[in-house]
Amino acid sequence: MADFEPRIVAFLCHWCTYTGADLAGTTRQQYPPNIRIIHLMCSGAVDSIYVLKALIDGADGVLIGGCHPGDCHYQTGNYKARRRVAILKGILEQMGFTEHRIWLKWISASEGKLFADTVTKMVDDLKKMGPNPMKQLWNA
Amino acid sequence: MAQGKKRGDKGSALVVGAGIAGMQSALLLAETGTKVFLLEQGPAIGGYFPLLDKTFPTNSCGVCFMSPTPPAFCPIYECHLHDHIELLPYSEVVGVEGEGGDFKVTVVRKPRFVDPKRCTLCEACIKVCPVEVEREFGGGLEKRKAIYLPYPQAIPHSLVIDPKTCTRCGECVKVCNPGAIDLDMKEEEEEIEVGAILLGFGFEPFIAQRKGEYGFGRYENVMTSIQFERLLSTSSPTQGLPIRISDGKKMERIAFIQCVGSRDPSCGQDHCSTICCMYATKQAMIAKDRSPNLGVTFFYMDIRPMGKDYERYYERAKTEYGIEYVRSAISSIKELRQTKNLLITYVKEDGTFEEREYDAVVLSLGFTPPQTIKDLAKKMGLQLTPQGFCQTDEFNPAQTSVNGIFVGGAFRGPRDIPETVVEGSSAAAIAASFLSPNRLPQSPKEYPMEGALGEEIPKIGVFICHCGEELKKNLSLFDLILGTKLLREVILVEEVGLACLPEDLDLIKKRIGEQGLNRIVLAGCSHREIRGAMEEMAKGMGFNPYLIEYANIREQCAFVHENYPKLATEKAMALIRMAVERARRSQPIQKGKQKIDKKGLVIGGGLAGMTASLQLAQQGYEVHLVEKEKELGGNLKESFYTLRGSNPRELLEQLTKQVGNHDSIHLYYEAEVIGFEKNNGHYRTKIRHQNVGDSTLREEKILDHGVLILATGGKEITPKEYLYGEDSRVITQRQLEKMIHLEDEGLKDVHSMVMIQCVGSRDEEHPYCSRICCGHAVKNALKLKETFPDMNIYVLYRDVRTYGFYETYYHQARGKGVIFIRYDLENKPQVALQDGRFRVSLFDPAMNSPITLSADCVVLSTGVEPNDHRELAKICDVDLNPDGFFMEANPKSAPLDSVDRGKFFCGLCHSPNFIEDVISQGNAVAARGAALLSKEAVEEKAYLAYVIKRLCCGCGLCVTVCPYGARVINEEEGKAEVIGSLCQGCGSCVIACRNAASQQRNFEKELNLAALDAVID
Ligand code: FES
Repeated sequence: MADFEPRIVAFLCHWCTYTGADLAGTTRQQYPPNIRIIHLMCSGAVDSIYVLKALIDGADGVLIGGCHPGDCHYQTGNYKARRRVAILKGILEQMGFTEHRIWLKWISASEGKLFADTVTKMVDDLKKMGPNPMKQLWNA
Repeated sequence: MAQGKKRGDKGSALVVGAGIAGMQSALLLAETGTKVFLLEQGPAIGGYFPLLDKTFPTNSCGVCFMSPTPPAFCPIYECHLHDHIELLPYSEVVGVEGEGGDFKVTVVRKPRFVDPKRCTLCEACIKVCPVEVEREFGGGLEKRKAIYLPYPQAIPHSLVIDPKTCTRCGECVKVCNPGAIDLDMKEEEEEIEVGAILLGFGFEPFIAQRKGEYGFGRYENVMTSIQFERLLSTSSPTQGLPIRISDGKKMERIAFIQCVGSRDPSCGQDHCSTICCMYATKQAMIAKDRSPNLGVTFFYMDIRPMGKDYERYYERAKTEYGIEYVRSAISSIKELRQTKNLLITYVKEDGTFEEREYDAVVLSLGFTPPQTIKDLAKKMGLQLTPQGFCQTDEFNPAQTSVNGIFVGGAFRGPRDIPETVVEGSSAAAIAASFLSPNRLPQSPKEYPMEGALGEEIPKIGVFICHCGEELKKNLSLFDLILGTKLLREVILVEEVGLACLPEDLDLIKKRIGEQGLNRIVLAGCSHREIRGAMEEMAKGMGFNPYLIEYANIREQCAFVHENYPKLATEKAMALIRMAVERARRSQPIQKGKQKIDKKGLVIGGGLAGMTASLQLAQQGYEVHLVEKEKELGGNLKESFYTLRGSNPRELLEQLTKQVGNHDSIHLYYEAEVIGFEKNNGHYRTKIRHQNVGDSTLREEKILDHGVLILATGGKEITPKEYLYGEDSRVITQRQLEKMIHLEDEGLKDVHSMVMIQCVGSRDEEHPYCSRICCGHAVKNALKLKETFPDMNIYVLYRDVRTYGFYETYYHQARGKGVIFIRYDLENKPQVALQDGRFRVSLFDPAMNSPITLSADCVVLSTGVEPNDHRELAKICDVDLNPDGFFMEANPKSAPLDSVDRGKFFCGLCHSPNFIEDVISQGNAVAARGAALLSKEAVEEKAYLAYVIKRLCCGCGLCVTVCPYGARVINEEEGKAEVIGSLCQGCGSCVIACRNAASQQRNFEKELNLAALDAVID
């Protein structure tokens, strides 16, 4: 399993985390290329379906990025996301996923480094966790 | 060298200084349709703001809320994007001629030596540059090269060469692929014609070396607060951890020394810098968040958290974070040889000495006006205060001594961000009124009609930009092109070099025509970079800009995966696939418009309300002003003189006359609000008021308006202690003020007077500081000393909070013999009657013993509380904070706005404030209001939510989750609807809907799922 490369889908809010990810780019913060970023307006606009579908389709981890508490550009979107993710984690456990496959992170537009570090850490953790169990089901 | 270009006109404005105040002024003026030149002397705009990772009292950033049109990016970026703002970075004003309404300003644009249009930030030049110097940003904590990016998000987003250190070796020119560097660039001079000038300069930190006794520059672990701020930023060399830069040792105990270069006449700084207590507390809290075992001690004279919600923050720092505050004076600081730790010797309040050892010492620097300002001030003819700040009239705080030149923010004196935002807005309001006769309407750009591209079968053109060869280093463009060709509905794939430049844009335009493309995908840099240019190109040819999709293969791919070319190419392919899938489904968007009612409604006819009404009226809008009493004036009627010596009676008289006589202001007396409704694009308020002709008649009236301003005021707290109400010689400061004004006989017999501070403030019932009481007490004490020099006056205080320049009056009062004695909340003074005189007993910490004062009169410095707004808040649908003041959308950057666009607060109903600050607030809300009213119609956001009626069951979940009240149930149909003008496009309702009836344009669930599919395999 040494060459297992986890695949991460990220849903990032337009105003903070997406911009933070851009900053990681302009400042050349290196991180592994295992992540695919989907751009949404707010972390509160991440439907549970997106997360579930990503996992069912074989993504090894899902990262949701939003503005820090108090900084959501739509007032409360990130709080909504926080509640939603808390519930989702419960559901995932029942489906046989560990809750550690979903990460919810607050990363501001100025925290490019934090974004890069988060991805690096997530990839490391997922490598330890091993592939998405669903994938084996697909292959079986 | 002079190129003699000439631009601008009498209706435009020049904003000098692009910090918080300058950016705020610029954005607001631009929103009202004024052409703005925003000049900054540094190579990037933003002022000190980019240094701050977090701000107090929220410990978050939130500066994006500053924009008048939320949601928005950081104001730095918004200024860069705004159509009516032209940035003049790295420029200086060298001459001003003419007069208010018609200035000719000569501006020198310093050479950057790098063309921002061509620079792709590949940083190859930085690698080869041999010169390394200290980086100014962050107080010299790090190094930079002679060619550098001022800070990562800098706008203009391009490198710059520092001519002072550059050796002109030419290495950078050799490696620059796009040919952006030109070492022979020359200074350019140009003349700009403007009607008004706004000064938005910020402050400069005090030079720490001037207080040599603290050892800055000599001891390696003594740092300035600017450096510590930088250290705590997540992008700092220590990644935000409190670690000593000198030797990498983790800090275990640190000390903050307050008032370095503040309240210190010995170094010419007699004012209080106002914000240091708070920013230092913030730094301490953040440091403790990062490193919980860190011990933090503050050495201070008085702690001054007197802004809205600051007191609570300070309490939290003490109780939750365990930060220790020691009232003391520093006697010496010594560096220990071996450990390089610092030994601080200090004198405690009771006169005893103590010693403690720390790993690092942070000096909380005070602020001075920018040193370069003196020259400029002379050129403009500005009067400065003795401290070198800008001199303004107390009752016209945004007006400088020169007609047509306005000021806001830190150039008037040290201020925190909310005040700076308020003053920046206030300056914009005054400037807008000043310019309004000359303002030429900025006609919106006309674009050709758009074709009906949405209906047709998608024909997608994909353009892959290699960013001046930059992307080829990590990505295989060949593979990408090959892969893209295979994607569905893609009929053209082409490589371009620099899509942001006109040549390539023209090429794309040509291809659209030739091939009949109706969807475009641009793979290259982030859409944040390229969107503006692309959309402009598209609109220019009648192509709907929402049919362009972007694949971010630069910032989020090539630049960050330099070591994995193969995987990076794979990723880029996935991103392009996603963009194509989105493009296949995207639909053109026509942004709707909502007409707005160009009228304002102001509730409350006190100082704040009158100022706001007048300002709006002067800008040409109709205003309804609703007052609950029989006459205008509110609390201002009770004010007789100010600390700075102006006459509030005159202000009152003048304002009521102006407001009463203005044709566009409609007054309603003895009025109350009984109903409020939000309609498309405007508000409708029902009031009941007194009939003018017949005093027995109450009338109801319905008012339509586009902006609501709440200025419902506050009042003096009625004291419940210290024999108030039992003995008539126990009075409040306000009563004393009136007695002094009326030259009351009774004062003659007073030999000894005791003033007690913080009555009804900073206690359990009112856990906030009322801000004005210390100034009030000093004001009355000084006035009394003038007439009765022999009167003994004692002021019993907890902290003296005479912030800013009020500090000098405090100093004066002490000089005149007013005695200040401190007490603690646990040891409140006791007032008792004995033989007809008062005996006030308390514990004096300076003598470390109880003392008793006898007095003929006890004056209570009572706090301010808001009027009871609960009913009104409910009717108008705005929130109150726990203290009963109105709650702002963001305490830092939108201090006077409610969450709903179009509702604002000002005056004592927002927070306790001095007269001059209330005037600024009144002006500021008028500016924010005018930014809305100036438009014929509000443009809706592009990505609006919509309802598929067929699927909607009318459950109302979307109505509950919408933070903007943009959702309603249409009772007739039993279906939900979206109010376009209010919807901000957050997508909350889309998720809440169980039937997928709620959707968001170009973020439809189906579309997002397709995007997901595209990236996953
Ligand atoms: S906008 Fe960033 S989380 Fe809501």
